[in-house]
Amino acid sequence: MPCWRLVCLFTLLLPAPSLLAQTVAELQARVATLETATRAAQSAGDNAWMLVSAALVLMMTGPGLALFYGGLVRRKNVLGTMMQSFILMAVVTIIWAVVGYSLAFGGSSWFLGDFRFAFLNGVGSAPNPDYAATIPHQTFMVYQLMFAIITPALISGAFAERMKFSAMLLFSVLWSLLVYFPMAHMVWGKGGLLNAFLGGAIPCFDFAGGTVVHITSGVSALVCALYLGKRLGYSQPNVKPHNLVISFIGACLLWVGWFGFNAGSALAASSLATSAFVATHFAAAAATLGWLAVEWRENGKPSVLGGISGCVAGLVAITPASGFVKPFPALAIGLMAGVFCYFMVTRVKRWFGYDDALDAFGVHGAGGTLGAILTGVFATSAVNDGLKNAAGHVLPLGLVDGKASQVLNQLEGCAIAWGLAIVGTLIILKICDMTIGLRVSKAQEMEGLDLAMHGEEGYIFES
Amino acid sequence: MKKIEAIIQPFKLDEVKEALKEIGVDGMTISEVRGHGRQKGHKEIYRGQEYNVDLLPKVKLEMVVPSARAEEVLQALTTAARTGKIGDGKIFVFDVEEAIRIRNDDRGESAL
Repeated sequence: MPCWRLVCLFTLLLPAPSLLAQTVAELQARVATLETATRAAQSAGDNAWMLVSAALVLMMTGPGLALFYGGLVRRKNVLGTMMQSFILMAVVTIIWAVVGYSLAFGGSSWFLGDFRFAFLNGVGSAPNPDYAATIPHQTFMVYQLMFAIITPALISGAFAERMKFSAMLLFSVLWSLLVYFPMAHMVWGKGGLLNAFLGGAIPCFDFAGGTVVHITSGVSALVCALYLGKRLGYSQPNVKPHNLVISFIGACLLWVGWFGFNAGSALAASSLATSAFVATHFAAAAATLGWLAVEWRENGKPSVLGGISGCVAGLVAITPASGFVKPFPALAIGLMAGVFCYFMVTRVKRWFGYDDALDAFGVHGAGGTLGAILTGVFATSAVNDGLKNAAGHVLPLGLVDGKASQVLNQLEGCAIAWGLAIVGTLIILKICDMTIGLRVSKAQEMEGLDLAMHGEEGYIFES
Repeated sequence: MKKIEAIIQPFKLDEVKEALKEIGVDGMTISEVRGHGRQKGHKEIYRGQEYNVDLLPKVKLEMVVPSARAEEVLQALTTAARTGKIGDGKIFVFDVEEAIRIRNDDRGESAL
C-alpha cells in the first residue's frame, strides 16, 4: 500500500483503541446499572410478597384462630379463648425482638442459636444471605415472628376453658424459650441438626413448619390436656360449640392466611411460592372432602364443623410438604389427612378419654406428623431444586425421586419434635403448677373465664 | 281479669298475633323460651360427640284480658296455634288480682 494511505489509515485508526475502551467502559457502567436495577426489582417483588405473607400469617392468629377457637367453646369462655390467641401477638413479639429471633436463627450450632441478633442487633435492611438473599433481613425476621406467635396459640386449644390467664402467659413464654426456639433453630436455623438445606446432620424437609409448628404445638397440647385433666361437666349436653358461625369465619381466614404461611416460606415471589400456594390450596380442598365424606357416611349428615375441621387438617398436613410436592400428590396428602384426623378426633380421643377441648392434638399433632412423613414420600426435586451437592448437581428429595431413606429422616425429625415437645412441656407445666398454679378454681370454671379472668361478657344483647 | 299464658310453636307466632288483633286484643308480652312436653328432641353431633337436645325453642305469649272475653280469646288463640301435631303447646289461665296502668294509675279492667 502507498505510504500516504498507510499514514491515513494509521491516523484514522489511532483513536480506535481509546474509543473502544470508552465504549467498553460505558457498556460496563450500563450493565452494572442494569444489574443493580434488576436486583432491586427482584428484591422489590420478593419483599412485597414477603411483607404481605407476614401480614397473612399474623391474620391467621388474629382473628383467624381466635374466631375459630372462640366459636367452639361455650359462650361464657369466648373472650377468654380469644384473648389467649390475641395476647400472644403482643407477648411473643417482645420476646422475639429481645432474644427469640437470635436463639432461633443466630449462630450455627445444632440445637440453639446464639445471641448475635439479640435486641435485633444487625437485623437491618441488608439481606441475610444465609436465609433469604433478596429481601431485607428485617423482613425475614418479622415474617418468622408471625410463626412464633401462632405456634403457642395453637396449644390453647387443648387447655381451653380451664387454664388461668397468668399461667397461660408464663407457660407460653417458657414454651417459646424451651421448645419453639430450639425446634425452629434445628429445622430452619443455620447449622441446625435437622436443616437439610444448611448442612444438618439429619436432613429433614419441613418447608413451612409441619414439625416446628404443628407437631410441637399439637403434642404439647396433648401433654397439657392430660396434665390439666378434663373440664368440669365434660361430655354433658351443654359442652357444645356456642357459635359455629364465627368458627366458620375463622376457618376461612385460616385457609386464606395459610397462603402466606406456606407460599411465603419460599421467601421470594418465585415459582416455588406459586407451587407451594397451589399445593396448599389443593390439600385443603381434598381434606375438606375427605373428612366430609367419612362423616356423611358415618352420621348421615355432613356438618359444617366437619368441613372446616377437615380443611384445617389438610392445611396442617401440607405445611411441611408444600414447597416440595406436586399438585396431585398434594391432593393425596390432603385427602389422607382429612380421613386420618377425622378418626383421631372422633375415635382415638374417645378411646383414651383425654379432653383435648379443641382437638389441637387430633388435628395439629396428628396431621402434622402425617404430613411430615408423607413429605418424605412425595418430595421431588422437580418442584424444589434447592438441594445440591458440592459439585452443584441437584439432589433427589423423596421416595418418588428414588430416595426412600428420606422417609426415615422425616421420622427422625418427627421423633425429635415429639420428644422435645413432651419433655419440654412437662417441665414447664410443673414449673407453672408449682409457682402460680395452672387451673382455675371450680367456681371460676363454672362462672366462665370471661368474667373470672377478664371481668367481661362476650355478648350483651340487651344493652 | 284473667291472665292467659300460651306456649306455642315459634313459627305460629305471626298467625296467632294476627288472629288476636282481629278480635281486638293487641296488648301482650312475648318471650322466647325453651322446653318440651311429650315432643321428642333431636340429636346433634359435633366432631363425633353426640348430644341429645330435648330443650326445644318455643314462644310464650302472656296477656291479661277481662274475664268476659277470656273464652273468645282462648278460641282465637287455639285455632290459630294448632297444627294437630305433638309440640303444638299449651295454654294456662290464671286469675289476676290487680292491674295498673303505670302512666296514669288506672286500675282494674280499665287498665287493660
